[in-house]
Amino acid sequence: MGNMYFRLEKRIRTPLAIRILNPVVFIVLAMGFCGIFITLAGFEPVKVYAKMIKTAFFTSKGLTQTILYSIPLMLCGLGVSISFKMNLNNLGAEGQYAVGAIASFGFVIYGPSMPLSIKLILAILIGIAAGCLWSVLAAIPKALWNVNETIISLMMNYIALLFLDYLCRGPWMNNEGLNLPYSASINKMLYLPNLFGTEINSGIIIAIISAIVIYWFFKKTTSGYQISVIKNSLSAARYAGMNIKKNILLVMGISGALAGMAGVVKIFGITHRLQPSLPGGAGFTGIIIAYLSKFNPLIVIVVSFFIAGLNTGSYSVQISGVPSQIATMIQGAILVFVLAGEFFARNKIIVGRRVSADPLKEGEA
Amino acid sequence: MAFIISILAAAVVYAVSILYATIGEIFSQRAGVMNLGLEGIMLMGAVSGYITVVHTHSLALSMLVVIIVGLLLGLLYSFLTVTLKANQIVCGLAILTFGMGLSGFLGKSVSGVSANLKFESYPLPVLSKIPILGDVFFNQDLLVYIMYLIIPLSIFYIYRTKYGMRLRALGENPAALDVEGINVFALRYAYVIFGCIMTTISGAYLSLAYTNFWSEGMTGGRGWIAAALVTFASWKPRAAVWGALLFGGISIIGTNLQIYLPVIPSQFFSMFPYLATIIVLILASGKFKNSKKHTEEPASLCIPYEREGR
Repeated sequence: MGNMYFRLEKRIRTPLAIRILNPVVFIVLAMGFCGIFITLAGFEPVKVYAKMIKTAFFTSKGLTQTILYSIPLMLCGLGVSISFKMNLNNLGAEGQYAVGAIASFGFVIYGPSMPLSIKLILAILIGIAAGCLWSVLAAIPKALWNVNETIISLMMNYIALLFLDYLCRGPWMNNEGLNLPYSASINKMLYLPNLFGTEINSGIIIAIISAIVIYWFFKKTTSGYQISVIKNSLSAARYAGMNIKKNILLVMGISGALAGMAGVVKIFGITHRLQPSLPGGAGFTGIIIAYLSKFNPLIVIVVSFFIAGLNTGSYSVQISGVPSQIATMIQGAILVFVLAGEFFARNKIIVGRRVSADPLKEGEA
Repeated sequence: MAFIISILAAAVVYAVSILYATIGEIFSQRAGVMNLGLEGIMLMGAVSGYITVVHTHSLALSMLVVIIVGLLLGLLYSFLTVTLKANQIVCGLAILTFGMGLSGFLGKSVSGVSANLKFESYPLPVLSKIPILGDVFFNQDLLVYIMYLIIPLSIFYIYRTKYGMRLRALGENPAALDVEGINVFALRYAYVIFGCIMTTISGAYLSLAYTNFWSEGMTGGRGWIAAALVTFASWKPRAAVWGALLFGGISIIGTNLQIYLPVIPSQFFSMFPYLATIIVLILASGKFKNSKKHTEEPASLCIPYEREGR
């Protein structure tokens, strides 16, 4: 009794094996934890999980659904990663998503008549620009007066979402027939083209190219390098003569542009119309994805795919009575467990045997 | 007149529904720990209270369950942020997502089930007879009256007691407390847990007093408004009360105005708390009219305490 002790030691460098295994172990633990609630609700967790995984990744219809759902998540996750990489907490992806969708849809309605293919390209660019602008708006107080961007970007979500809600129920509501908060559908010619013979729209290409470009930007370009310096040491960056204000606006701008693009892809590739639930929490999920990916753009693509699979899977088990909220629950639990797990990746737990109970000697051990 | 009184009384109810969470979060943030998961924790309070009342027909028991759920969530949150020192913003989102998902998951069984038991309004003797004020303030339910006690108590606690002074130090300069031999970690645990319990009560207020049902996501953004209010009120409980009444009043006017005067869509009224918080944040940034002293933002907010880092 009392001769065992635990001690924490900070790891100087976490071995690659632990960096990969650690999240896997804690994701499995999170699934186990959620299993408790699934059992409490009267279902068999193993069967539920098996069904979810099978539908989401091993049926062609499910896989299509998963990939479609993952596209906006990828773009939001990429956007959030960039800002978090510079220690800027852009929590506003949800709003930037909404604003991107609103602006591009607005252009379709009110824009001048022109060949539809040009209109589609312009609408996409306008949506991206709007997301960028909405995000820069949240960053200006930070750049000028050092006001915390966390809360401002967060609050701006709700302003954008409420405005979207207003448009869908007000001026842009589709008045033909049903009195539902939807806009009219866009012209079929304005749909994003699908990939060769599948039902997957080309947004996936946009997302993957974005990820590669961002990866390259941080690895190879001066601006990317500056951002990582600013993250690690603000004073070092200042001494080196880097323009921090410019970088804050740049990073938040790119971040918002990607979230705005998510809105564009959703509208022109998936829903084809505006509705209040359009972002559906993707902006927030994007933050979770960014964090789980350690802000690495290539990993964002992979993580988004799995998170999207969770969502597809949840609809497949709904038939047997399992509430579809199971997806959100697991998603939250995974983040909680991975956050906790990181502590064990950062620290080594040393279990030792105390030689003597003398507290003075303990210090030497 | 009766219409104005009903609007004012509704504003009080709205204010109380967010004040539990707001005051709890003020304590938590003053202790140095930000919790952005209020919306999810409120939903957990609402669903656990409602499930219990459906199955046991006892309001006392359901409040007990609500408090236990708050305690457990608080323990989890403080374990992540205080012991494991994880990023508080991301932890908040984790709890938010988990709470939203779990509440929706568990609540499916009572969704649409009627409990027929809630905190009914109970006019206080004598006080409720005061013209206007009586109807607005003293013809409410038990949880509103408890809030009337919590407000002065929390102000007294923060500004007038030794413990309140420690609480403020905890968010400003925890190392100083550590030097005095006070357990910084234990104190932060306590305040985070207190904050979470208050937040679950806020949620339970919605399902057990304000309405008497459960529906998925029934908080409808009140958790975010409560979080905004903490910043809006510059971490001051007194200002939070006025802020809650203001937000409540505007929200109620916004929805009621739709019936009589649908010129300004209700969504624009709903934007007010968020816009106001942004404006207050910018004004309080110290760049305008020497306003630095007006905010009481804890200096160590979001910074985990590390003994080695001293």
